[in-house]
Amino acid sequence: MSFEALLFYFLATVMVAASIAVVTLRNPVQCALSLVLTFFTCACLWLLLRAEFLAIALVLVYVGAVMVLFLFVVMMLDIKTLPGREGFTAYLPAGLVVAVIMLAELIGLMGARKLMQGGGVRDVASEQGLSNTEWLGRTLFSDYILPFEIAAVILTLAIVAAVALTLRRRPNVRTQDPAKQAAVRKDDRLRLVDLPTEPGSKQS
Amino acid sequence: MITLGHYLVLGAILFCVSVAGIFINRKNVIILLMAIELMLLAVNMNFVAFSSFLGDAAGQIFVFFILTVAAAESAIGLAILVLLFRNRATINVEELDTMKG
Repeated sequence: MSFEALLFYFLATVMVAASIAVVTLRNPVQCALSLVLTFFTCACLWLLLRAEFLAIALVLVYVGAVMVLFLFVVMMLDIKTLPGREGFTAYLPAGLVVAVIMLAELIGLMGARKLMQGGGVRDVASEQGLSNTEWLGRTLFSDYILPFEIAAVILTLAIVAAVALTLRRRPNVRTQDPAKQAAVRKDDRLRLVDLPTEPGSKQS
Repeated sequence: MITLGHYLVLGAILFCVSVAGIFINRKNVIILLMAIELMLLAVNMNFVAFSSFLGDAAGQIFVFFILTVAAAESAIGLAILVLLFRNRATINVEELDTMKG
C-alpha cells in the first residue's frame, strides 16, 4: 500500500469519525469543534487531490469565519436552555435505516466497484506549467465572470440581511442622534427677544 | 491506488451521516444547521474529486460558488436563530409551532 493510499485511509477515517461526532455529541460546543476537525481533514484530502486553492479557501472561510460564527452563536445562546435529547433513541433506528439504505443506493448507482479500477489523479494544471490557483483563476475570470459577480452580489445581500435581522432598536434609551445634531439651525436654539429699553438709560 | 471511486464513496458516507444526523437531532436547530453544512461538504468533495480525476476546472469553480452561497446561508441562518432566541427565548423546533403548519 503506497503512502498516498495510507494517508487517504487515515484522513477518511478521521473525517467520518468526526462527522459522526458532530451529529451524536451532546454539547453543541463540542459539535462545532468536531465540525472544525471535519472541515480541516477535508481540506487535507483536497490537498491529496491537488486542489490546493480550495483546500486553503476551505480552511480560511470555514474554519476561520463560519465556524467562529457558529461558536459565537452557540455561546451567545444559553446552553442550558438548549433542548434535550428526548427523541434521540426514538429517532435513532429510523435515521440509521434511512442512512444505510441511502448509502447502499448511492454506492450502487455510481458503480463504485467499476470506478475503483480507474486511473489516478490527473494533474492538468502542472501539465500546462501552471499552479492550481492560476489554472482556476484563468477559468474563473474568463468563462465564469458573470457567476463571479453574482456571487459578490449574493454575499453583499447576505451581509445586509444579517445586519438588518439582528439590528435591535431600543426605544427607551437616551442616545445621541448625530444627524439631528448636524442638521440643527441657529433658529432652533436661539430666540432673539426685543426688550423695551428703560426710559432713564442712555443709549451709547 | 486511490481512485475516483474511493472519493465518491467517502462523499456518500459523509452525506448519509448528515442525513442520519438530521433525523436524530430534529429538535436542535444549531445541530441541524451543522448537518446541512456537512451535506454541502459531501457534495463539494464529489465535485473536487470529479474535477481532479477528469482534469476539468469547472468542478472546482462550482465548489468555489457553493462555498460562497453556503457562507451566506449560514450567516443568515444564524441571524434568524439569534432573532428567534431573542423573541421566543427558545430554539427548540417543537415549540416553534405558531403557524400550525
